Amino acid sequence: MTILNGKAWKFGDDVDTDVIIPARHLSTSDPDELAKHCMEDADPQFFNKISKGDIMVARKNFGCGSSREHAPLAIKYAGISCVIADSFARIFYRNSINIGLPILESPEAAESISEGDLITVDLEKGLIKNETKGEKYYSAPFPEFMQEIISAGGLINYVKDRLSEKP
Amino acid sequence: MGMTAAEKIIAAHAGKETVKPGELVKAKVDLILGNDITAPVAIREFKKIGLNKVFDPERIVLVPDHFTPNKDIASAEQAKIMKEFAREQGITHYYEVGRMGIEHALLPELGLTLPGEIIIGADSHTCTYGALGALATGIGSTDMAAAMALGETWFKVPSTIKFVYQGELNPWVSGKDLILYTIGQIGVDGALYQSMEFTGPVIRALSMDSRLAMCNMAIEAGAKAGIIEPDEITYAYLEGRAQREYRGLFSDGDAIYAQEIEFNVSEIEPQVAFPHLPENTRGISEVGEVPLDQVVIGSCTNGRLEDLRIAAELLKGKKVHPHIRLIVIPGTQKIYQQAMKEGLLDIFIEAEAAVSTPTCGPCLGGHMGVLAKGERALATTNRNFVGRMGHPESEVYLCNPAVAAASAVTGKISAPEEVL
Ligand code: SF4
Repeated sequence: MTILNGKAWKFGDDVDTDVIIPARHLSTSDPDELAKHCMEDADPQFFNKISKGDIMVARKNFGCGSSREHAPLAIKYAGISCVIADSFARIFYRNSINIGLPILESPEAAESISEGDLITVDLEKGLIKNETKGEKYYSAPFPEFMQEIISAGGLINYVKDRLSEKP
Repeated sequence: MGMTAAEKIIAAHAGKETVKPGELVKAKVDLILGNDITAPVAIREFKKIGLNKVFDPERIVLVPDHFTPNKDIASAEQAKIMKEFAREQGITHYYEVGRMGIEHALLPELGLTLPGEIIIGADSHTCTYGALGALATGIGSTDMAAAMALGETWFKVPSTIKFVYQGELNPWVSGKDLILYTIGQIGVDGALYQSMEFTGPVIRALSMDSRLAMCNMAIEAGAKAGIIEPDEITYAYLEGRAQREYRGLFSDGDAIYAQEIEFNVSEIEPQVAFPHLPENTRGISEVGEVPLDQVVIGSCTNGRLEDLRIAAELLKGKKVHPHIRLIVIPGTQKIYQQAMKEGLLDIFIEAEAAVSTPTCGPCLGGHMGVLAKGERALATTNRNFVGRMGHPESEVYLCNPAVAAASAVTGKISAPEEVL
């Protein structure tokens, strides 16, 4: 059972991959290095302000722009445990799952949550709890195989695990 | 409750009776595609899995087409990784320079993309194969690596928008114009996550080359896939070509669509998309004075035989305007050869156009016709983003092959009638 909890950091519509990780930092693919520049153009202190487990909350079309896998990697390695938004750009959605970053679509949560609220997420149930406001929101729960991809730390590890189980 | 063709295809590959839009499923794939840009990354990821063999060496297609024939040392290194992997894995569908074509022109031509199949490709224009009634979509390199190992991938079932085209096509209006017009109407995020189903009497009468051009640009509206249900035209195209058995799937009469949009094509004239988005479309009569430096006829959108025939019809006995570079790139070796036999290449060369071996080349600003600062091109390609064909301060306009050919003669964006 995967329960995540942390403080909410709030963003708006159409946060694009260049905001998540500016192209000038793409000469490296070292995730810890990328993490330091996560959301830098929206908030230069973002990486220093957040604590491990914190949750990003944004509005519609999060992750639009390029198909670079660096974007979800930067978020994940910065210590963000989950992203909640109204909607995600399609390739960002795929890439996030594939690198093991949980992301949830919930327009209700995305609207109600304020910056700083304490949030608990139960991935199995798709349940998002706002401990600060005492509210609950729902998102479609991940099917089992997708939870396995996330808990394996991404698609490549998941495939590895699956193949090693085979007799 | 009824399902759309796209939903049925996903359900069939997921081993389920039914699926609903938004549902996440694991599905078997029939074919996996990679090119010289994306496959090397996927191969690196595949090696991390620690597996010796891909799931099926006959279900993976590797095509070096973007920077090939190798444009520089870096691209040669990438192509080499792919070539060596193909040899080591015994990949049957590896197409070396001299046998290749632009991937999305080549695969349908070889009969590798079939109705009712799921095809994934580490290239966003994989959606082209929807023209044959397949559910085909672009994926990332990590997805490709995992699929090469398992023969399956995961999908979020898309909802479907139904586009119905009625009326009579105007002269010089092709599949390219229909899709440009559609994107102009719904915008570049008009079909985000969704599948676009193209149907109606106009589509039923449309050639396969035009259908391929339409589905090719579904991604330009943000769609996961474009799809046209198979019919007589599809079966005739697949005759003697299909490399596997197949079974077409069709939308039920009571299928649920997210939206239904109808167009009367009698109102559509040849379209031009202005910089820097494919949604900035205008009818040719509203373009005004736009002088050009370069015209490109080619790409996975419009580098097929029908396109070259139309261009030749307009260029016959004429000369390319002195200020213009006209570059014609047949999509595959076979198209190239057929164009030669039909005398089309003679017409192009007589008109003083450059004719190249198949390659993506200028479409992505790779090579074979890159733009300088301030230069302006008109192209039959699919993207006109900032810097797509070269310098960030260059411009790309998109159109069909007839408008491209006519404009190469006049030196500015022109209707085909102007040169007849
Ligand atoms: S021709 Fe252009 S759009 Fe088509 S695959 Fe090549 S680079 Fe991509």
